[in-house]
Amino acid sequence: MTEESKPKLKLAVYWGAACGGCCVSVLDVHEKLFDVVAAADLVFWPIALDIKYKDVEDMPDGHIDVTLFNGAVRNSENEHMAHLLRKKTKILVAYGSCSHLGGIPGLGNFTNRQEIFNRVYHESESTVNEEKAVPQTKFQVPEGELELPEFYNDVRTLDQVVNVDYFLPGCPPNTDRLVDVFMAIVTGAELPPPGSVVGAWDKSQCDDCTRKKTDQKVVKAFKRPWEIVDDGVTCFLEQGVICMGPATRGGCGFRCIEGNAPCKGCYGPPADAPDPGAKMMSAIATIIDSNDEKEIEEIVDGIVDPAGTFYRFSLPSSILRRKLIDVNEPTN
Amino acid sequence: MKFEPKIVAFLCNWCSYTGADLAGTSRMKYPDNINIIRIMCSGRIGPTFVLKAFREGADGVMICGCHPGDCHYHEGNYKCLRRYKLIQKYIQQMGIDSKRLHLEWISASEGKQFAELANQMTEQVRELGPCSIRETMETFV
Amino acid sequence: MKRITIDPITRLEGHGKIEIFLSDDGEVDNVYFQVPELRGFEKFCEGRPVEELSQIVTKICGVCPGCHHMASGKAIDAVFGLEPPPTAKKIRELFYMAHFVHSHIAHFYALAAPDFVVGPTASPAERNVLGVIGKVGVEIGTEVLKQRRIAQEIQALLGGHQTHVVLNMPGGVRKGLNEEQRDQIEKQAKDFIEFSKFSLNVFGDVVLKNSDYVDLIVNGPYNLKIYSMGLVDENNKVNFYDGKVRMVDPEGNEHGKYGPNEYRDWVAERVEPWSYLKFPYLKKVGWKGFVEGKDSGVYHATPLSRLNASDGMATPLAQVEYDKMYETLGGKPVHATLAMHWARLVELLYSAERCLELIQDPDITGTELRAEPKEIVGEGVGIVEAQRGTLTHHYWTDKKGLVTKANIIVGTTNNNAPICMSLKKAAQGVIKKGVEVTEGTLNMVEMAFRAYDPCFSCATHSLPGKMPMILNIRDKDGNLEQSVRRD
Repeated sequence: MTEESKPKLKLAVYWGAACGGCCVSVLDVHEKLFDVVAAADLVFWPIALDIKYKDVEDMPDGHIDVTLFNGAVRNSENEHMAHLLRKKTKILVAYGSCSHLGGIPGLGNFTNRQEIFNRVYHESESTVNEEKAVPQTKFQVPEGELELPEFYNDVRTLDQVVNVDYFLPGCPPNTDRLVDVFMAIVTGAELPPPGSVVGAWDKSQCDDCTRKKTDQKVVKAFKRPWEIVDDGVTCFLEQGVICMGPATRGGCGFRCIEGNAPCKGCYGPPADAPDPGAKMMSAIATIIDSNDEKEIEEIVDGIVDPAGTFYRFSLPSSILRRKLIDVNEPTN
Repeated sequence: MKFEPKIVAFLCNWCSYTGADLAGTSRMKYPDNINIIRIMCSGRIGPTFVLKAFREGADGVMICGCHPGDCHYHEGNYKCLRRYKLIQKYIQQMGIDSKRLHLEWISASEGKQFAELANQMTEQVRELGPCSIRETMETFV
Repeated sequence: MKRITIDPITRLEGHGKIEIFLSDDGEVDNVYFQVPELRGFEKFCEGRPVEELSQIVTKICGVCPGCHHMASGKAIDAVFGLEPPPTAKKIRELFYMAHFVHSHIAHFYALAAPDFVVGPTASPAERNVLGVIGKVGVEIGTEVLKQRRIAQEIQALLGGHQTHVVLNMPGGVRKGLNEEQRDQIEKQAKDFIEFSKFSLNVFGDVVLKNSDYVDLIVNGPYNLKIYSMGLVDENNKVNFYDGKVRMVDPEGNEHGKYGPNEYRDWVAERVEPWSYLKFPYLKKVGWKGFVEGKDSGVYHATPLSRLNASDGMATPLAQVEYDKMYETLGGKPVHATLAMHWARLVELLYSAERCLELIQDPDITGTELRAEPKEIVGEGVGIVEAQRGTLTHHYWTDKKGLVTKANIIVGTTNNNAPICMSLKKAAQGVIKKGVEVTEGTLNMVEMAFRAYDPCFSCATHSLPGKMPMILNIRDKDGNLEQSVRRD
């Protein structure tokens, strides 16, 4: 390995309610790995290193220079680790859609613990559970007591739990953007003010997207993607298929669109959007080509899942945050 | 104690706000549950306004604009109509009863219609009970 | 009763912890493997348009998103009553083989290789991928990273988003291949084959020529006589993308074979209050507890079980390696847990050969990419082999094609009970009364877990050589008796 001429950056990567894709995005530096390793010491990364929670607790406060926290806050373990890592870290980055906006696990805010438990442990068609067992936070076995984290009703973003220094969006973030940010930190470049989104453009996907767009965006009917034969060239919205591009930051290289699929909005809204889906809903409604109430109703009917479409990655960070369900149900 | 719903009413300057004003100056009674916010055009209303109103404690939201064809800015009210239909669908998915959100065209001379609408909306929402967003918010510390 | 807690489990994808209970005389009494996470996909998919699911379920796992995408895509085809045209099926399978290549390379070099190339009780400072590179050379390390990158690039080429792929549509795929791309992938597939052969040679040189390791594999405490499960084609050869699920008993006799719509006749899931993850078992045999044998419904779904449950590999070079493995290990079926690493490399070679077969198929550059939906049947099941086990997606929809219910049995979930059992056996085998528990001991417990490749282990990361772990041994009142720490 190369000689150390200055102290290496102490880097941690941790996951809450996550899928591992953000960890994969870090790995996708591929052969640049050796450069990363020359500049940084990884001090905590459960997917890769055998460093345990106790070791993080033993670290002095502020010991870690940068933590990339990916995954949403879904249970008490995620929440505990968010607080712990905030204490031990100088720069805490909400890395990826889940910690930034809630991500796909954020769709859990359409439901709650009881409904999820019912589905998974009782109603599931392949599950046989006559004892009506459900996971317990404390459970006595012959040998002693076992513990599990508490599964909350609500999914939260990282900044709904602790102060976050930067947000690096994407599901997962484009690795080139991660490298941009990493190099900025390592070379001591001036960083934007805390609370900023980094590693993403200020402008929307439409700016980068190479599909052909005209000035005329009017829609007589919204189509589900399989209802059209995509010509591979024309803007999705102009073909009647909802694409979140106009309301989504660029920076990912419009990778889904390159795959001939419309954007789903994982990079989150551009700056100053108080609600990640509202502006898009407004824009979509505006391009409806009708002034007749009945006709408008029919066209809107073609948008079969507004909440799941406009808030696919961002439900917990939206104005309403979650579907209203009676919160007063028995805990386990 | 009777539940007193909080209703937020977005009224467009040129027609519906004037209509509401007329109701007032004509001494037509309508409930003080209605909290009026004047905007220049109903076309200004986007989902953010409606959602924020609910989030901040509104039990019901009303939007009023000029009749089709009469909009001071030509097409603003049509844009409002389109957005309204989509917002309705969205809030239903989010567990908010669609009767808590209502759109009606009120012209500058329709003071009586405004008062009737205000009464109706208040009673309708009273029957539905409080919109429990506030309680739900409390689970987010 | 003394207790050892390992929290969290590391070098895998996902959250987990292990509780080891020791009796007063220091023998291992019982071991509990607890999964503390749950996200609720099956519930929050309700209400979503079914075609969106193939892009939502990739977020179940960012390491094997392609697997969920495929199972989901097949279930969605069935919901629409569609059969994708040949070109679409082949493009999907080609993508899928590249997906297997990237994952199996990553697992072997970062997860398995350190324990064998460097040694199971070697110093933790060396027992990592850098230690492996130290022994085999930087060139190899760079080659590993490069091959993985190429496999990722093929996935991106076909599927747009290289991790959370967008390839599938109801009835087919969104993008085709042109001749230039075809030629490029053909070259890359040939490189994959060479690299797979090389990897098998590494295993041969480092493991099979070392009698201590062979002894560990065959006679060590890593052995479970349970049922094996895997997807097979119409000739009973291993196939990852399509076919029927075949199960064999601990003696190798066929227990049954099922198509997607019959899975519930054969597999059931159990709930324990001390884990969020359910425990699948074979329904017709029944749940008899965490026990081995023909009368216990516990089964595993791993590279080894796939090879056990099949009559061979569908490609020639992989078939040779398959025969070699069984010959070396004393015939079929093999129950040595550590042999999963070997089976994984045989699969790597198969994936590479299959990549080449597919890319050379004239249909692969065809232009008929999808069958158009005409009706909504309203229910569909899709089954594929994920790298770490048989994966089942089952959806129900309303007349508009919005999901009303979803049921998913994930690859690693199949192995929940066997993992518990393997850990217990390993702990009982390596933790002995009167013998000091060292970090090497702990690693040997972990090896039982790692063989299953419970999702991912970072392939290409420089481990700093530390395997810090604290082992707290408490008496029955919870007082700390001994703390073993390795930094």
